[in-house]
Amino acid sequence: MTADSIELDKIPPKSSAKIQQIKGGHGLIQKLQVMGIRTGQIITLSSKQPFRGPITIKINDRELTLGRGMAKKIMVEVIR
Amino acid sequence: MGNPNVGKSVVFSRLTGANVIASNYPGTTVDFSKGRLRLKDETVEIVDAPGTYSLEASNKAEEVATKMLDTADVVINVIDATNLERNLYLTLELLEQQIPMVIVLNLWDETKHIGIHIDHEKLQSLLNIPVIPTVALTGEGIKQLVNSLKNATVNPEIKPTSHEGRWIEIGTLIKKVEKVERKKHTFRDHLADLTMNPITGIPFSILVILAAFWMVRLIGENLINYIFNPLFEQYYRPLVSSLSQILGDSIWHTILIGEYGQEIIFEESLGMLTTGLYVPIAMVLPYIIAFYFMLSVLEDTGYMPRLATLVDNIFHKLGMHGHGIISVFLGLGCNVPGALSTRSLETRKQRFISATLLSIAVPCMAQTAMVFGVLGQFGVIYLALVFFVLVTLYILLGIIMNHFVKGSSPEIFLEVPPYRRPSLSALLKKTWMRIRWFLKEAIPFLFFGVLLINILYHVGIMQVISQTLTPFMNTLFGLPGEATTALVVGFLRKDLAVGTLIPLQLSAFQLVIAVTMLTIYFPCVATFAVLLRELGVKDLIKSTMIMIATAGSVGFILRLVLLGLP
Repeated sequence: MTADSIELDKIPPKSSAKIQQIKGGHGLIQKLQVMGIRTGQIITLSSKQPFRGPITIKINDRELTLGRGMAKKIMVEVIR
Repeated sequence: MGNPNVGKSVVFSRLTGANVIASNYPGTTVDFSKGRLRLKDETVEIVDAPGTYSLEASNKAEEVATKMLDTADVVINVIDATNLERNLYLTLELLEQQIPMVIVLNLWDETKHIGIHIDHEKLQSLLNIPVIPTVALTGEGIKQLVNSLKNATVNPEIKPTSHEGRWIEIGTLIKKVEKVERKKHTFRDHLADLTMNPITGIPFSILVILAAFWMVRLIGENLINYIFNPLFEQYYRPLVSSLSQILGDSIWHTILIGEYGQEIIFEESLGMLTTGLYVPIAMVLPYIIAFYFMLSVLEDTGYMPRLATLVDNIFHKLGMHGHGIISVFLGLGCNVPGALSTRSLETRKQRFISATLLSIAVPCMAQTAMVFGVLGQFGVIYLALVFFVLVTLYILLGIIMNHFVKGSSPEIFLEVPPYRRPSLSALLKKTWMRIRWFLKEAIPFLFFGVLLINILYHVGIMQVISQTLTPFMNTLFGLPGEATTALVVGFLRKDLAVGTLIPLQLSAFQLVIAVTMLTIYFPCVATFAVLLRELGVKDLIKSTMIMIATAGSVGFILRLVLLGLP
C-alpha cells in the first residue's frame, strides 16, 4: 500500500483508480472477487448517491452498485 | 447454470419450448424450472437454475442453484460473452466438480457491437470443453448447442484450487482468447450516466414511475370502455338473459346468475356467470394487461437495478436494501411472485421485513383495478388517499421493524446491466405469459369465492356473522356489518372482496377505510401459501399478527380522522 491510497468512495466521480487493497474479512474479499473487484484492477467511479448512499462503479466495462460501507474497505490509488 | 442476468432463462426457453419469465436484471429467476428437450434417440430433462456468481451461495436463490448441481448429469454453463473474465470464475468452479459440461457464450452479438473479440475455438481447445456462441434472444446457435450436448465432457486436468489460483488461470486464458478494442462513448452510456447521477436520476425515476402508472390507467380504462365492457353488454348480456329465463326462480339461478327477478348487474348480482366472470375479465384483466406490459418494459430495458440503486438509501432505513424495490414492483402485479422474489435478499431479517411489508402495504393489480373501479368515480383524491396511507405505512412499519427485528441487513451489492432495447415480441410474449397465469389462477378462485358467498348466505351463516359483528364494525371502523363479507372473501381473492362492497352503497370515506383495511389485514390464500414456504410457520405467525394489528389500528385511526368520533 502506498501513501496515496484512499478509500474508494473518496475519489471524485468519473475518475479512475487502481485497487490497492481490500480491507475486510475473507467473506467480503471473496464476495467482491467473484464480481471482479480484486487487487490490481482498474475501477471508474460512475456516481455516488447522496446521504452516504451507495456508489456505482465501472469495472471491466460493467457497472456495479455497492454500499458505502463496502466501498470504504476498498483502498485505491487514483490514476492521473 | 451461470452468473445472474446472462440469459439462462432465454436459452432454457429456446431449448425446451417451455415459457419462463426472463428480464434484464440479475435475480429474475429465483426458483428452478424444468422442461424437456427431445434429442435424436432420447428425451432429456433440462433445468433452469437461478443465477449465481460462485458455488458459495450468498442468498436463498443461489442456494437453489448450487443444490441443483448435485442432480445434474450435464451442466450447460451459460456465459455472458461481454463479461467473459468474471463469468469464467464460476466456469472453473464448475469444471473442478468434474461434471460433463458445455459452455454457451451468450450475447454473442453484443460483443461485436462493443468491440470485444473472442476466439471461441481457441477457448474450446484450451478448456477441452465444447464452446458454443449463441444469441439466445434470436435463437442463433441453439441448434449447434443441441448438437453439442452429446459431446459434453469433463476436463480432468482442472484441479480444485484457491480463489487466487482460479483468477490466475482466468488471467492466462483471457490473454489468449480475448481482444478488446477501445470504443467511443455511446448514447447508451450517456443515458446510463444521466439516470444514475442523483441530480438528474431521481427526478427521472419519479417521472418514469408516474408515467408508467399513468399509462397503466390510460391503457386499462380504454380497454374497459372500448373493448371489454361493450363485449359484455352487447354479446354476453343477451346470453345470460336467456339463461335466466330458462333457469327460472331456482337455487341454480341464484348461484349462476344472481337473485331471480332482479335486473342483472354484472358487478353486483353475485352469480358465477355474472360477477364471477365480469370481475376478472372486464374489470381486472384490462389493468393486468396494461400493468404487465409496462412492468415488462421497465424490466427488459434494465431500468430496475438503477431504480434499486436510487432508492437504496430509503430501503436501507427500512431494514432492507435497494433490491427490495423489485419485490414491491412484482407485488403490485401479484403478491405471489412478489413474495417469491424476496429470496434474492441475503438475510432472514431482510426477507421477513420485505415479505411482511409486501403483504401489508402493496395491493396487487387485481385489487387495485377494483379499487379504481369503485372509488375512481368519487374522484382521484380518494385513490390518492388510499395510496398515501399505504406508502406511509410501508415506510413507518419498515423503520419500526428495522429497529425490532433481530438480524443484520447487509448493504446493496448489485450488478447493473447495460440498457437494452426491449424487443416488442419478447414484451408481448412475457405479458401474455403473465396474463395466462392470472386467468388460470384467478377464475377458479373467483368462481369458488362466488359459490362460497352464495352458500354462506343461503345457509344463513353470513347473516349471523355480519349481525354479530355489526356493532363492532360500526363503532371501530364506521362500516356496516355486511362489510365483513368482504373480509371473509378477501382470504380467497381481494378483487372479489372489493366487489362485494359495491352493493353496500358506502360513502367515499367508508370505501377508503374498507379498501385500505382489506389491503392490510391479510394476504390472499395464494400469497399466504408462498409466505408459509418462504418464512416458515413461526415467522409467518409473527408477520400475520403484525398485519392484523396494523389493519385494526389503521382502520380505527382512519375512521376517527375521516368520519369523526363514533
